[in-house]
Amino acid sequence: MRRLTATERHPVRFTLNGKPAEGTAHPRMLLSDFLRGVQGATGTHVGCEHGVCGACTVRIDGAMARSCLTFAVQIEGAEIDTVEALAPAPARLSVLQDAFRKHHALQCGFCTPGILMSLDTLLATESQADAERIRDVLSGHLCRCTGYQPIVAAALDAAQTLREETDNA
Amino acid sequence: MPKDGLHQTMLRVEDAPLLTGRGQFFDDLPTPHGTVHAAILRSPHAHAKITDISTDAARRLAGVHAVLTGEDYASVASPLMVGVKLPIECWPIAQNKVRYVGEPVAVVLADDRYIAEDAVDLIDVSYDTLAPVIDPLKALADDAPVLHDEMGSNLGADRYFSYGDPDGAFAEADHVVEISVRYPRNSCTPIETYGVLTRWDPHTRSYDVLSNFQGPFSIHPVIARALNVPGNRLRLRTPEDSGGSFGIKQGVFPYIALLSACARLTDRPVKWVEDRLEHLTASVSATNRAITLRAAVTAKGRVTALDYDQVEDVGAYLRAPEPATLYRMHGNLCGAYDIANLRVRNRIVMTNKTPTGLNRGFGGPQIYFALERLMQRIAVELGLDPVNVARDNLISSGAFPYRTASGATYDSGDYQNAFDTALKDGRYDALCQKRDAARAQGRLYGIGLTVAVEPSVSNMGYLSTALTPAERAKAGQKNGAQSCATIAIDPVGSITVQIDSVPQGQGHKTVAASIVAERFGLEPGAITVVAAMDTGKDAWSIAAGNYSSRFAAASAGAVRIAAGRLRERIAAIAASQLDARPEDIEFGNGKVFIASNPEAALAFARVASTGHWAPGTLPEGIAAPMRETAIWTAPELTAPTEEDGINSSLCHAFIFDFCGVEIDPVTHEARVDHYVTMHDCGTILHEGMVEGQIRGAFAQAVGAALYEEYAYDDDGAFLAGTLADYPVPTVHEIPDLTILHTCTPSPLTPLGAKGVGEGNCMSTPVCIANAVADALAPASGNVDVTLPLSPARIASYLPDEPAPPEGIAQPRPGPGKGLSGQGEAHVGAAPQEIWDLLMDADQLAAIIPGAHGVKRLSPTHFLADVTLGVGPVKGRYRVQVGLSDLDAPNNATLTGKAGGALGTGEGSGRVTLTPDGSGGTVIGYSYDAAVGGKVASVGGRLLDGAAKIVIGQFFAALGRRAGDAPQPDGIIARMCGWIGGRR
Amino acid sequence: MKPAAFDYVRCETLDEACEVIAQTGDDARILAGGQSLVAMMNMRLATPAVLVDVMPAPDARKVAAENGTLKIFAAVRQASLLDDPDLTWRNPLLARMLPWVGHPQTRARGTICGSVAHADPSAEIPLALAALDGKVILRRGRKRRSVKATDFFLGMMLTDKADDEMIEAVTFADVQQGTGTGFAEFGRRKGDFAIVACAALVSPMRVRFAVGGVNDTPFVRDWDNLSPQDDAEALNALAWSLDARGDLHATARYRRDLVRHLGAQALKEARSCAV
Ligand SMILES: Cc1cc2nc3c(=O)[nH]c(=O)nc-3n(C[C@@H](O)[C@H](O)[C@H](O)COP(=O)(O)OP(=O)(O)OC[C@H]3O[C@@H](n4cnc5c(N)ncnc54)[C@H](O)[C@@H]3O)c2cc1C
Ligand code: FES
Ligand code: FES
Repeated sequence: MRRLTATERHPVRFTLNGKPAEGTAHPRMLLSDFLRGVQGATGTHVGCEHGVCGACTVRIDGAMARSCLTFAVQIEGAEIDTVEALAPAPARLSVLQDAFRKHHALQCGFCTPGILMSLDTLLATESQADAERIRDVLSGHLCRCTGYQPIVAAALDAAQTLREETDNA
Repeated sequence: MPKDGLHQTMLRVEDAPLLTGRGQFFDDLPTPHGTVHAAILRSPHAHAKITDISTDAARRLAGVHAVLTGEDYASVASPLMVGVKLPIECWPIAQNKVRYVGEPVAVVLADDRYIAEDAVDLIDVSYDTLAPVIDPLKALADDAPVLHDEMGSNLGADRYFSYGDPDGAFAEADHVVEISVRYPRNSCTPIETYGVLTRWDPHTRSYDVLSNFQGPFSIHPVIARALNVPGNRLRLRTPEDSGGSFGIKQGVFPYIALLSACARLTDRPVKWVEDRLEHLTASVSATNRAITLRAAVTAKGRVTALDYDQVEDVGAYLRAPEPATLYRMHGNLCGAYDIANLRVRNRIVMTNKTPTGLNRGFGGPQIYFALERLMQRIAVELGLDPVNVARDNLISSGAFPYRTASGATYDSGDYQNAFDTALKDGRYDALCQKRDAARAQGRLYGIGLTVAVEPSVSNMGYLSTALTPAERAKAGQKNGAQSCATIAIDPVGSITVQIDSVPQGQGHKTVAASIVAERFGLEPGAITVVAAMDTGKDAWSIAAGNYSSRFAAASAGAVRIAAGRLRERIAAIAASQLDARPEDIEFGNGKVFIASNPEAALAFARVASTGHWAPGTLPEGIAAPMRETAIWTAPELTAPTEEDGINSSLCHAFIFDFCGVEIDPVTHEARVDHYVTMHDCGTILHEGMVEGQIRGAFAQAVGAALYEEYAYDDDGAFLAGTLADYPVPTVHEIPDLTILHTCTPSPLTPLGAKGVGEGNCMSTPVCIANAVADALAPASGNVDVTLPLSPARIASYLPDEPAPPEGIAQPRPGPGKGLSGQGEAHVGAAPQEIWDLLMDADQLAAIIPGAHGVKRLSPTHFLADVTLGVGPVKGRYRVQVGLSDLDAPNNATLTGKAGGALGTGEGSGRVTLTPDGSGGTVIGYSYDAAVGGKVASVGGRLLDGAAKIVIGQFFAALGRRAGDAPQPDGIIARMCGWIGGRR
Repeated sequence: MKPAAFDYVRCETLDEACEVIAQTGDDARILAGGQSLVAMMNMRLATPAVLVDVMPAPDARKVAAENGTLKIFAAVRQASLLDDPDLTWRNPLLARMLPWVGHPQTRARGTICGSVAHADPSAEIPLALAALDGKVILRRGRKRRSVKATDFFLGMMLTDKADDEMIEAVTFADVQQGTGTGFAEFGRRKGDFAIVACAALVSPMRVRFAVGGVNDTPFVRDWDNLSPQDDAEALNALAWSLDARGDLHATARYRRDLVRHLGAQALKEARSCAV
């Protein structure tokens, strides 16, 4: 048992996008604020801070999760992935990101990082995900710009490409 | 193949950074050293006098730099200017009185937002509550509470307009058809909220502000004036990226003024990021409007005149650019119909709600909701096919440019062609068959239609239609819509474009790059476009910004003009170097060459950079092609005429929508089964983006039609404070749609384009409403449907529910206030004993659940500090209790008022004590309370439960105090177990 | 929207968590998935002084099949139960209801016990617990007591759990072979809390019907024998007997409408798979 007092900052050690990371946080600091403010990973966005919009979605130990409903001190020892880690190399896009661009699945791009994190997690574990499954996962995200259909199209396209890539490999 | 040389399908240059987490949104940008973070204390009351603000405890908190109030603001800044002459002051922070829930009352500046919010909770404000008025029509009543005493009433303006001969037309009409509708408050709610970072330089006496403001920059002078500085001492910058706006981010400007004053008062950079609760409660929304619309109609269904009576509810203050929502459509009040006679009465009314502002569609949804509901009603009442009624009234194809009754010039169009094409390609016949088949099976299936004209590129002069011709003459003419674009060529001949449209996701950078690339024969990817605006460095006008779908028609045109001018100069330079005539020079593949001899070519970069390296070699009379700013306005955008005619917008696109909707037999949901939208938006600059605009607007419109409302109760409490209570649709709720296009280019814009971004926000809500009304007709007749058409509302239009079986009483509806209830408790002590307890402060202290002490102010007035909790929701309140109508030991009236960080409550209850015949007492009670503030807006459903629990606890404790174990019946018994009997 | 300050206690065992809760009582709260609690803390509706995180405790992550029940401990996430391949045959009703709890992103964090402790009257898991003869195992320090679900829920977000107790586990009775189950729910949007949710279990002996979203607690009614042609009448009587109220999302009448319509759907589904 460890008690972290309210008034102090406490070290948090974890893995961020595959690399060891460390920072300090008061117990009440939200993971979203910690990633953005302390780690400088501003790709994760904040839209509601009550779990509904999905903009803050990241991957915690392999599962899609709301960083606005998680405290930074809870991720001690965990593996966190954010949108910054999706591209295979700095000047390239992942299959999913590329499909988003091709299908105009983003406009302002504010909701996009969260949506990418959910869909990337889905496609990594369920290569056969169909439109219904994709829509099920997308239901945890609000997008005000696109009307959603292009996002579904992009995800289906990416799923197809990824399946082809595995088949060819 | 790029059509017209434009890259109409190119990938967006915006996307790669946004997809990889490299966006530059407001809150991603660094802050200067010493920045303090703001949190705002807001009013929990709809209408109240502020009697005291105690900030000591908040100031003493470690990490807090300042706590500022309306008085502090007023010491360095002024109220916000209003466009219509009214004797009211519109401050960005309350001065002595609050007029809507969410109105700023104090600002805390602290080391971080967490501490700032801690301090907000420590500020103690005393209010004297006043009766609020929420409904716009009730606000006009003689005995309505008045928001602004200086005005004497809530009526802000009352203007009559008449065009053509409406009296004659109504006198001659075969039929007069009338409809009264309400349009609700809703908002396109971007996912990124407002942000402001502001600094004051005491030496130059200037402000430097970074904010995700979207324009119009006509607001810049309003802010500068409020901050008591000349325009050149307010540098307003916007970030490169913005997380959506849809009009809403115009409404950040009062906060720019407020927080800038705070920066000045504390000499620190101040940063504020609005949170979602603040956004929903207190940013801006569409106006809600009450409209009565009458039509003079011939026997064949031809409309000869319209008569509008509009009551526009702008909320508690008339905030710039309002009353623009009411006048934006003024030239288009007859929609796509050829109607020569028009009468209008426009009233502006203030109510205890958040001030309104820009919201996608801006005035269009309100107008078309009335007009298109009316057209459907005309068809129903005259027994005509709605398709024929719409088609027969359309402006005919040969009539363009067409001048509307109220003075707009419709630039181009072929409405009949678009209409007929949509019916055919959208398979309207099949839809009718589907409806007939569904109806034959007893299903509720309906079809709705809408035709609409979507105006774009607003005339900066349209708002002055709100003034009388005499007032306009005095205030000076306003007109036009200046667009600016700057193209710069650097020493290696590469190109940077600065646009003035402050994009919020629409892909303006891509379009601008493709326009410039086409002019210079370059790859779009080689062009850099900067969207971040800086009033200190960039070319801008009051029209700059992202609204009225002005980009494609105006800003993009300015880019094209600037590029054209540079092209001419570069061609002249190349011609002189190649010994050719400038008109023979062409651009392509990074080269400048002679058309007839492509071998004779120069590298574009080399020629283009001549101005930097060798100005002496420029041909005579040719200025260095280093930088060109084009400023473009349309001469057609003239000021209102003496007769109040106004060409309110430059371009007019055409929309025709139809849809099939089925009411689910189990859930009563309105399900859009088939939706077709036809657009003629002139030349399409980028297909994907046009489709994106249509889909996005459509989704927001489905939200407005079926889900979303900024709802208030009659007591002025705001009820939609979270995204759970303001249900923005997810992917599951948005149906697919068929998008069709025809094209009649605008003759008035440089590229032939018209706006397309707002159309479906105007056409779709009423199209769905018409379909729902049609679906309900067989079961319910003519229904005056109101948005949002939630399933519960649709259920209320359907025939009555089955009666309760015998023996079960129909529940009595409550008195309609926020919270009410009644009940009985049984206590084993005599009425007199109970009575004595109720009248004794010390005893009450022990009985009132969670009381930390009860002070007796008079024999019948008590003050208590109380901690109340339901589950994890715990709050501390100051409660005042008064006893009246005392009839010892039989009955009494209790009135109470509670206030705390979680909200406020005010109510009264009647308690009766009746002997039970065996020494005990039956305590009967009924209560009626209004609840406001945070708890009401985020935890609505919690309240009913909380009231019951607290009352239960109270009587349980009363029973125990009276020295007797309460009778083990129902909730009270369980309550007692819970309160601690068990341990 | 930032939470007020609190001490954070990371527990390695259930015992530790029980101990801290028992000692701190009113000012302490268990932090489970955080999907309700942290949202309320961000809004400062909840301001606990101490948060006791049970999620790191390995012994709180158990799921045990014992004595014809499924026993689910405090740190079992909704998603992990849903992923359990045995769930569908052991408890088809629970398996049918869980996908209705929020979204994949919230189920990946939210727990079964957390939803029970939170006691939202519209939540699916409390409804399932009430319908499935569930029990709540409460611990104060080392002392345990077991409370029937129907006694546990007292009102909106109000339960029989004392401030110094925590939920160690909950148990759901397995659905007997031959018992048919059905479920129907309506919320405004996919993933929203239910406006009304109805669950049904039909066996040769009995028809059990449970309703969430109408009263302040899950409501359960047993009929000894109810033939399909009597469903409508029974549901109408039931709808009127409940304490339906209106709010922002639905009117009282609409809630009764849903009890009648969704109830019929749930019963029909349950009958169709009963033997
Ligand atoms: C967008 C969104 C949509 C949602 N939709 C739904 C929905 O449709 N249906 C639904 O049912 N829920 C829904 N939820 C809530 C659901 O996700 C939560 O999982 C659930 O209500 C609480 O579980 P938790 O593990 O997250 O508990 P927490 O949030 O951690 O805790 C909730 C409460 O229970 C207490 N608590 C938790 N565990 C224990 C324990 N072992 N002993 C004692 N007290 C304990 C906590 O102290 C706290 O008071 C939604 C949430 C979000 C954010
Ligand atoms: S910010 Fe986390 S869900 Fe909206
Ligand atoms: S792209 Fe703007 S919110 Fe989704």
